[in-house]
Amino acid sequence: MKVCEAVIDDIKQIARDTMQVNLKVEANVLQTIKPGQFVHIQVNNGTEHMLRRPISVANIDQERQLLTIVFKVFGQGTAKLAVYQAGQSINLLIPCGQGYPIEELQIKKALLIGGGIGVPPLYYLARQLAKKNIEVISLLGFQTKADVFYQQNFEAIGQCFVTTIDGSYGYKGVVTDVIKQENLLFDYYFSCGPTAMLRAVQAELTNYPGYISLEERMGCGIGACYACVVPSKDQATYKKICQDGPVFQANEVSI
Amino acid sequence: MSDLTVQLPGLDLKNPIMPASGCFSFGREYSKFYCLSQLGAIMIKAATADKRLGNATPRVAETHAGMLNAIGLQNPGVEAIIDHELPFLQTFDVPVIANVAGSTIEEYESVARALKRTEAISAIELNISCPNVKEGGVQFGTRPELAAEVTQRVKAASNVPVYVKLSPNVTDIVEIAQAVEQAGADGLTMINTLTGMKIDLKKRQPLLANQVGGLSGPAIKPVAIRMIYQVYQAVTIPIIGMGGITSTDDVIEFLLAGASAVAIGTANFKNPMICSEIIEQLPHALKKYHFASVKDAIGKGHGHG
Repeated sequence: MKVCEAVIDDIKQIARDTMQVNLKVEANVLQTIKPGQFVHIQVNNGTEHMLRRPISVANIDQERQLLTIVFKVFGQGTAKLAVYQAGQSINLLIPCGQGYPIEELQIKKALLIGGGIGVPPLYYLARQLAKKNIEVISLLGFQTKADVFYQQNFEAIGQCFVTTIDGSYGYKGVVTDVIKQENLLFDYYFSCGPTAMLRAVQAELTNYPGYISLEERMGCGIGACYACVVPSKDQATYKKICQDGPVFQANEVSI
Repeated sequence: MSDLTVQLPGLDLKNPIMPASGCFSFGREYSKFYCLSQLGAIMIKAATADKRLGNATPRVAETHAGMLNAIGLQNPGVEAIIDHELPFLQTFDVPVIANVAGSTIEEYESVARALKRTEAISAIELNISCPNVKEGGVQFGTRPELAAEVTQRVKAASNVPVYVKLSPNVTDIVEIAQAVEQAGADGLTMINTLTGMKIDLKKRQPLLANQVGGLSGPAIKPVAIRMIYQVYQAVTIPIIGMGGITSTDDVIEFLLAGASAVAIGTANFKNPMICSEIIEQLPHALKKYHFASVKDAIGKGHGHG
């Protein structure tokens, strides 16, 4: 992990309140990043914003030395990040946390389940899985049509289902409705999204091994401040989301 | 090169900069960014007698020029800290200040007593001001007679100098400072966080799970400066100052107010290199304000040249 200044190559809106930023990052740093890891971003200089914002890695382009992040404008900090322009630089802690341990797993067919702003880290994961010739099925859930992004990206890799809660696009309902309706065959699942969705996914897929990625308000982002914790399954201890996670085995934590 | 050294009870500081308790864990994470031997000292995360899990999340919220936290003293317990955390810090050339917390005077005593078996600490920071736990801690910091009693008992139970960490959540901080000085405190650290709250507009409820949290960061710096300034005039024991420091100018301001050394907390989250950078820039800042040394600047904001 290191502190680095990254110049914005381009920044654009890709869905409602949803920004995609490509950042120029040194190749040797990019090489170390695993899918599921995040960068911890300074909002700006000065003292108004004292906390960084944790944002998942959505993609890496080694050749062009680009790191892609996607974030949703949620509060004052992300609103300021959204108005940055190409050519400006952002201060990053990179890379943070533990990613999806795909190198250690024997996977034939993976089910990726993303909800809202939980979708981006699954894209880099999907690409890395495809590179290893693992078949990928993606299941992306959004609130409404205006929120949908990255469908074509995932379709280029494998079968992709999109759901919206209001039915304005794709399946009407939530991701677990698709799991129930479609007879999906897979041996591992990987999920990232709101806690309510992760709980439903955990409950629906108890018989499958899986990994989930959690989010929480963070302080330091490196494991020193104990702000972002989640109880272990037995409730006897806490895991640090920024350092032990954000990716956990589905049965490792109590959400 | 200006002289950055400061000598305080139990602490031979090569410079006056140290990370504040609770913001630096036990040093491992920040040791990946710079060598901890650069630091004047390290104030480690609070220790209680037994392991504590702390509060539910969310535990932090950003506020203008600051943040609220309600971690709730999560720590593995003093014995685990001695066995598993302090040996790592002993590999660096840096004095360690152990933050001692508790719910009862007996717990404070037992933590202080437990720390006797390690050579790894140079001083104790007696935490009578954590606003984030329901029982204990903060009531000892808001009542002079209780503050004095816990200070006296911990002094008697420990074999290193005791610095008492004062709460700003009081009507008269001078009264508390004098009470703990009389009870035998070797120094003061101030200030702890100010109790605050943030309400989530969409959910219509306090954002932190603990409802209230401790406000830290640049937003509280003027409060810290004012309190240190007042206490400096009323006690003879040294003060380690903290509260919103982000720059060398801030460090000089704390020294002028009467702090002999300073701790940096929240700013570590924005810039993990902050302590190292401030140490590097401090000689230049001292020169800029015409001080030959750190010692030369201490208390010089009181109108005596």
